[in-house]
Amino acid sequence: MSQLPVPVPTPETAPFWKGTAQGRLRLQRCDECGLVVHYPRTHCPGCTSPRLSWFDASGDATLWSYVIVHRPEPPYTEQEVPYVVATVQLAEGPRMLTNIVDVPPEPEFLRIDMPLRVRFVARGDQWLPVFAPAEGGAR
Amino acid sequence: MSTGVSIIGAAETERIGRLPDQSVLGLNVEAGARAMRDAGVTRDQIDGIAGAYSPHGVAHALGITPRWVDTTNVGGCSFLMHVRHAVAAINAGYARMVLITHGESGRSRVGAVPRPRDPASLTGQFEEPYGARAPYTRFTIPALRYLHQHGLGEKDLAAVVVSQRQWAHRVPRAARRELMTVDDVLAAPLVAYPFRVPEVCLRTDGGGALVVARTADLTPAQRERAVAVLGTGEATDSLLIAQMAEAGVSRAARAATDEAFAEAGMSRRDIDHVMNYDAFAHLVLVGLESMGFFAPGRAAGFIAEGGAAPGGELPVNTNGGGLCYTHTGMYGMFAIQESVRQLRGEAAAQVPGIRTSLVLGFGGMFTAAATLILGHH
Repeated sequence: MSQLPVPVPTPETAPFWKGTAQGRLRLQRCDECGLVVHYPRTHCPGCTSPRLSWFDASGDATLWSYVIVHRPEPPYTEQEVPYVVATVQLAEGPRMLTNIVDVPPEPEFLRIDMPLRVRFVARGDQWLPVFAPAEGGAR
Repeated sequence: MSTGVSIIGAAETERIGRLPDQSVLGLNVEAGARAMRDAGVTRDQIDGIAGAYSPHGVAHALGITPRWVDTTNVGGCSFLMHVRHAVAAINAGYARMVLITHGESGRSRVGAVPRPRDPASLTGQFEEPYGARAPYTRFTIPALRYLHQHGLGEKDLAAVVVSQRQWAHRVPRAARRELMTVDDVLAAPLVAYPFRVPEVCLRTDGGGALVVARTADLTPAQRERAVAVLGTGEATDSLLIAQMAEAGVSRAARAATDEAFAEAGMSRRDIDHVMNYDAFAHLVLVGLESMGFFAPGRAAGFIAEGGAAPGGELPVNTNGGGLCYTHTGMYGMFAIQESVRQLRGEAAAQVPGIRTSLVLGFGGMFTAAATLILGHH
């Protein structure tokens, strides 16, 4: 059985993980000041308002930065190596950490700021948002 | 100006490296006993204790009855914060003499607290599922964007190693002492692109400790070797690496350093020597720039030209750093130790004429930072 970590939702993150299971990338927007946030929170980091509303993000992002992991430690040795761990800039503003998939794990195929598109992969009983080069992403 | 508090004792464990015969508690106790001996004080004089691993346990094992305890643990820079907190406690009258210990079985894991894995934590939900758990898979992520933003490249990371190997070459206790060229570094195996083996810190066992006391209370003999704590600062930033505001800027390092300079009443130009926490090569560039020693993107050129190496204008990481000397996991104590040695004129790779030294520590990746400005009396 796979030992790869499976996220366990908490009350504030459960809507995010419910969304990914439905193929939706959900973010929160502050009802008071309009700030869009990820990771999920109970209070807006901009104005401390407790009123944050969930909405579906576009799924568009750009590649902010990354590493290509060549020497994984357990349990990640059961994954294909090397693999790409990246921070992506979501079109709505926040950044998130993710994997870049469907692209050779080599620097020449991973340009900083290249357009990406979300997809979802199963992990245990959860679905992880990962990102792949956008259609026509070579622009 | 000064805080009125001094480091009067400083010592590392007798051995550093691979120590399967010493537990974490044992390393803390040995370091503490050696620092007290270095200070010429007995355990009865110590009334404050601090550490990132069970300072209460360390106090009991050393027969110390503290009336002040600090268990701050924010990772590698915890010990810089302990010094700052000890300054505050001493000036508030909560303690007269504080022992700060570090011991870590980072390689052998003897008597070490298991690393907690909580799949419901933020990092358990939003980092670890992606193969981002070990520091080299997280701390390293902003580096490529930082290099890209400033037209820098892999050679600029390698140049940090080249500089620090020149120091480590002169330090018998350093683990990686061979001189390297940029080409040598670039020929080394990748750990996580763009980082290669020499650009990633060691993983070792060892410890160190400090004795901190009010300068006015010192005997003439203690005062002679005492190092003044001139300024201190601490700050925190995002828990998750993806939330870092700018690729090449640690807001925590900037804030902590501004605070330390304000307290010391000094400017960057007054600093003769820097110890910049270096779990990975890019931290030296990000640290020096975040602290305001260089404009964004400019530290690399300075280092590539030898400015931080022996004979350079601003010696940086003169023990070889976490990349070459030792790195138990929370390296900050060893950075402080080297600053103290340099200011006492007792370093293996001694820089002549040093009057001031700055120590920058990072903790929990870029989650926390702390700064100490140390100097002669």
